[in-house]
Amino acid sequence: MTTTTAPTDSRPRRADAPQRTVHAGTRRRRPRRPLRWLILAAAVLIALVMLAPLVLLVLNAFKTGTDYSAHGPLALPTSWSLQSFQDYLDRVDFLRALWNSVVISTLVALLGTLVSLLSAYAIGVGRVRGSTALLAVFLLATMLPQEALIYPLFYGAQATGTFNTVWSVIIVFTVLQAAFGTYLLSSVMSTLPPSLLEAAALDGAGRWRILWSVVYPVMRPTLSVLMVFFFVWTWNEFYIPLILLSDQSVQTVPIALATLQGQNSIDITSLNAGSLLSLLPTLVFFIIFQRTLSRGVTVGSVK
Amino acid sequence: MTTATPSAAPPLRRRRSARRAGYWMYLLPMIIGTAVIVLLPFAVNVFISLFRWKGGIAPMRWNGLQNYVDLLHDSQFWLAFTNTIFMIVGIVIVPTLLGLLLAAMLFDYIGREFGGRTAAFLRATYYLPQILPIAVAGFIWSWVLATQNGLLNSVIEALGVKSPPDWLGDPNIAIYAVMLMLIWLQLGYPVVIFMAALQRVDPELYEAASLDGAGWWRRFRAITVPQIRPEVFVVVITATVGALKVFAPILILTGGGPEGSTVVPSYYSYRNFFELSKVGYGSAIATAMSIVIFLVAGVMLWLQRRGAREEAAG
Repeated sequence: MTTTTAPTDSRPRRADAPQRTVHAGTRRRRPRRPLRWLILAAAVLIALVMLAPLVLLVLNAFKTGTDYSAHGPLALPTSWSLQSFQDYLDRVDFLRALWNSVVISTLVALLGTLVSLLSAYAIGVGRVRGSTALLAVFLLATMLPQEALIYPLFYGAQATGTFNTVWSVIIVFTVLQAAFGTYLLSSVMSTLPPSLLEAAALDGAGRWRILWSVVYPVMRPTLSVLMVFFFVWTWNEFYIPLILLSDQSVQTVPIALATLQGQNSIDITSLNAGSLLSLLPTLVFFIIFQRTLSRGVTVGSVK
Repeated sequence: MTTATPSAAPPLRRRRSARRAGYWMYLLPMIIGTAVIVLLPFAVNVFISLFRWKGGIAPMRWNGLQNYVDLLHDSQFWLAFTNTIFMIVGIVIVPTLLGLLLAAMLFDYIGREFGGRTAAFLRATYYLPQILPIAVAGFIWSWVLATQNGLLNSVIEALGVKSPPDWLGDPNIAIYAVMLMLIWLQLGYPVVIFMAALQRVDPELYEAASLDGAGWWRRFRAITVPQIRPEVFVVVITATVGALKVFAPILILTGGGPEGSTVVPSYYSYRNFFELSKVGYGSAIATAMSIVIFLVAGVMLWLQRRGAREEAAG
């Protein structure tokens, strides 16, 4: 889509360039060439600032502790070493934590998106009575500080036997993420052209069919963005997992890292290595998603 | 279409009322979930805030509204709310404005001039901090901002400055140091949401505008911003709420210090819950926080509704 618009768009500009030299005094357009590179440079500079801490994280994860204290954080490693990773894995059951995190985040992303789609359909398209009030309640759910829920949730999880299992966290975050998802999706769904839905209804399609054959394809780009947010947000959650998953066997990746961070005995390079290991899974997921997103967007825009 | 209308009129009415009722089935999971996971626990939290309680099996002593009266006279509590304004600048204002510009720039300019791949790559780098677990981001920034061997100060020293600032140790600048991290963390969220929103915008609008000779800035103001207004509202509302709730960055970077200069409400309630064992008081803070959040968000939600209505009317 974008590639087809690019040439048609740049042609009038290039045709304009000689014109400008003719009317040198009028200055109808800003000088294109330098500005073009200046804007790219600004965008790239921001990207470099965003990346710098992460690049240094990677560099220092491959140093030994003595190398770090001798040459500081900005130097290249004198020799690339895996010692820091070994140190970290010796202290943390990383595979276990990884499995817990994957199970929790995947299920929450899938369930949360599905629940969001269903509820947003009823509100944005079905326009059920009291939908404004419902949206207000769901929004309220996303806004509540976790501090205002944590004590009761803790006792509730114990009472239902889900304490120290992944299920307590999965249920809690499916609801919390879907509350946000419902809010976002129904505001987008209410902008769908009514003619689109009416045509399908007149063709005799029921609610369920309209949802999956009309609404779902149009919403797919937004849904995939939402799913990635849910996955990443759940993966990164800190406070509620910390309280509900106190046992080491059910700990998630970030909490395993955080518990180690408090200990003074550990080298900063080991924490670098642990951090790198802890962000790698979401990074992989994110890179895969980049492709799905662009594909989803193309499909959605063709209609 | 026209031939179907007369014969379909009576069943259509019946179908419409049946359809209205049927939509409730789609809401059922969400309604049950919200009741059990959000509404009930919150009600219990409000209940606890009316007691003096050390938690666990300790006795709960009825305290009425005294916890709330104490809050109003607690200078730490007020400082915590003042600090929230800094959180709003770091999480809402700077990232949303910058995000709008960057999203439009990537979509409408760099995407065209340098290709979609360049735009997608840049978007990915802006978004990268968003995918970090807060435990990792917290570790990274405590390392970036450290006085000794900190990344930022290593760079500053390499540039020849003799005594670089003590970012997290100086009560006058610690809150700004925290804001640096927050901007870095937050920026990708508006960029990605806005760029996804721009996909919905009809490209012909832009083509027509540039053929009419509208420059980038005019297209930005006349097309980009109005077209993606729903998403801008969503980003501003969610980010504001996020700013009112900031917790982990404070816990990890400063622990509310130095000299209590970076304390925020959620951290203050956490401290009462888990360090001071004043569960009733902590619950009161959490409740007060929730009320402030509801009020702020309620006003914003109302503005959003009004904006949408005006748009529909106009």
